[in-house]
Amino acid sequence: MTSALVHEPVPPQKAVKLEVVDMSKSFGGIAALASVSLRVEAGSVHALLGENGAGKSTLVKCIMGFYTPDTGAVMVNDKEVEIDNPRQAHMLGIGMVYQHFTLVPSMTVLENLVMGRSHVTAFIDWKKERAELSAFVDSMPFSVPLDLPVASLAAGEKQKAEILKQLYLNARFLILDEPTSVLTPQEADEILGLVRDMAHTGGITVLIITHKFREVLAYADEVSVLRRGHYVGGGKVADLTVDAMAKMMIGERDIAPAATRTERAPGVICLQVRGLTADDENGDAAVNGVDLDVAAGEIVGIAGVSGNGQSELVEVLAGQRPLTGGAITVQGDTYHATRAEMLRHKLALLPEEPLHNACVGRMSVAENMAFRNFDQPPFSKGVWLSKSRMRAEARGLIERYRVKTSSPDAPIATLSGGNVQRAVLARELGGQVDVLVAANPVFGLDFAAVADIHGQIVEARNRGAAVLLVSEDLDELLELSDRILVMFDGKIVYETPIEQADRTNIGRSMAGH
Amino acid sequence: MDETSIGWWGVPLAIFAGAIRISTPFLFVSLGEMVTEKSGRINLGLEGTLIMGAMSGYGIAYLTGSPWLGVLVAGLVGIAFGMLHAGICSLPKVNDIAVGIALMLLGTGLAFYLGKPLVQPQAPNLPSINFGWWSDLQQVQSALKINALFIIGVVLAPVFLWALRNTRWGLILRIVGDSSDAARAMGYSPLAVRLAATAFGGFMAGVGGSFLSLYYPGSWNEGLSSGQGITAVALVIFARWNPMNCLWASLLFGGASALGPALQSVGVTQGYYLFNAAPYVLTLLILVLSSSSHRHIAGAPGELSVTR
Repeated sequence: MTSALVHEPVPPQKAVKLEVVDMSKSFGGIAALASVSLRVEAGSVHALLGENGAGKSTLVKCIMGFYTPDTGAVMVNDKEVEIDNPRQAHMLGIGMVYQHFTLVPSMTVLENLVMGRSHVTAFIDWKKERAELSAFVDSMPFSVPLDLPVASLAAGEKQKAEILKQLYLNARFLILDEPTSVLTPQEADEILGLVRDMAHTGGITVLIITHKFREVLAYADEVSVLRRGHYVGGGKVADLTVDAMAKMMIGERDIAPAATRTERAPGVICLQVRGLTADDENGDAAVNGVDLDVAAGEIVGIAGVSGNGQSELVEVLAGQRPLTGGAITVQGDTYHATRAEMLRHKLALLPEEPLHNACVGRMSVAENMAFRNFDQPPFSKGVWLSKSRMRAEARGLIERYRVKTSSPDAPIATLSGGNVQRAVLARELGGQVDVLVAANPVFGLDFAAVADIHGQIVEARNRGAAVLLVSEDLDELLELSDRILVMFDGKIVYETPIEQADRTNIGRSMAGH
Repeated sequence: MDETSIGWWGVPLAIFAGAIRISTPFLFVSLGEMVTEKSGRINLGLEGTLIMGAMSGYGIAYLTGSPWLGVLVAGLVGIAFGMLHAGICSLPKVNDIAVGIALMLLGTGLAFYLGKPLVQPQAPNLPSINFGWWSDLQQVQSALKINALFIIGVVLAPVFLWALRNTRWGLILRIVGDSSDAARAMGYSPLAVRLAATAFGGFMAGVGGSFLSLYYPGSWNEGLSSGQGITAVALVIFARWNPMNCLWASLLFGGASALGPALQSVGVTQGYYLFNAAPYVLTLLILVLSSSSHRHIAGAPGELSVTR
């Protein structure tokens, strides 16, 4: 069969050694990678550590042939190779599992695996393919249901299916891009444990892109750290401490000290949700009867794997989604998420993907910052709006919240993610806040921005605001919350005060056990 | 006139015959557009393609004396229009709907301009197959005279359904339409696949157009199409991107369109224009009943701009 011939260059069941030599790549004059060299030994687990924007993705995209590096070379098993596109990388046995899954959602796992091959016959004999693939899956340390559409799989199963697909395609050098960002701690441990075992038995080599020290310490043999496109250090994980790695990652920058929650007795209940239900866009129930209370001066964290109804809950509170049942009360009054109610109760919102959910990209920074109060004096007089007042106000906020923008008149979509987030934060937290709802507020931001935004949220809490913080990052919740609730399948399934919070128990509830 | 011999039985018979006659262009355009939309693109220009197909097919059939050659050329003209649409849409920041509307106007205008000399002459018509030989009744015989293109279309629908599930090309089409990121990661070029899918959709629309001028009504004039091309695009959404549903939807639409003439043939003339509106009322009704403001349309290709 021709399909066997196509994979011939890679001897099966043998891990690949890969070296990057002096690789540089710049985009529009900005160096994303500056002569980076690193070596990944065959049969090892190597972690590539760095902040967002440090050049990790650029490096692996050069290895995979998505980008052509300006200088430098890739060596596979000590031989220099030419990789111009992902297909050539596959031929060399290099496969990548992307952060955003690349399986086709509406197709079954079986269809996805078969179509992933470089050679597919014009007519597909599903009976034969199913038999062959079942045999292959049985020979692997983990399995996934072959006949279910990918869209119906849980995140952990999708991740397994992606890895299975790469192994099925004979990848012997596996790149995992932030593989655990959508998994529960248990799922993450299971998957990383499986790939580590496969590496140590000599079947594959693994390169994991991550920013989580826990995963590096527990699963990686070696680590390379990138900062602003430069290789800044690395070596055997056993010889390094978290502090040393953190210093390499962040450099000599000043990071705001972790915000401290001042001791205070819980105040009156500000936000109360009772029996809330809501549907997702397919009309299926996403929130199935949520009860929760948030008192003044407390941060209530909601943990959960994405897709368990958290986004829908936040959208209902933001007025972006109708509720199908239940009630929300804010400071004793029934709340329907209208603009007038938000204004009256001083309710602030930091939704996820702020550019999409809280901004109009083509309108200016000043206009976006005035969304909450542009129709109030002093910004409006009768039917007239005062642009100059808005601009002046925006200048103050830009200064105070350190928003990097060329001018208050720049369209907000031209700002970087962190600065859009800061601009929205400035708008929402600039005045007095009694209730704050925040969803994944630091997703994709660098250390400095994270520390900054966390500080602002804790500050609001210390001033007496009731804060509901929804996050997929358990570490963030453990750091900031006074109380943690776990959401699974649209319900609150677990609750713990922070003093008794335990990673294992929370993780187990996130998986529904 | 001998309708009276079968009386009201003439009504279902006329609806049956009309359903087949009227549904044929819908069937071809919607099957072709189904393939285009499965690739994640919508081509609203098919109305123009249909009329260009009708004009060019008629012209070639008249010049060569072969209606089948006319059908082929109509299809080739359709391919050209499809590739024009896909070519323009391959450029960055081009909206497929706007391009479609422009091509709809271009095709219609061009066909009227080029087709002026074709209004008078009579071209040979496409053949039909007589399935009514067993009956003595003239109405039954004429109702069962089924045109060859319809039969091809009926065969194509299940073949398409099978091909979408069991062939490499069918699966590539679904991958590209559902997630162009996944397609790129697998090494398929979404633009190339969409080019092929839109060209194929154009071919089918051109053939559908040739049916209008070469079988029913069977002549070329500027009032030939009454929006069949654009209606067929809507039928695809109505059919939830399933080829067999395209067949049923086309038949339903054709049957509803035949209601007015069928009733007229037995002497019911009251409300004639009202009955002519039946297909549109029916479509609206079914769309309203089967849709919801809370959910996405099930089965929609993920990359399709109108449903995203």
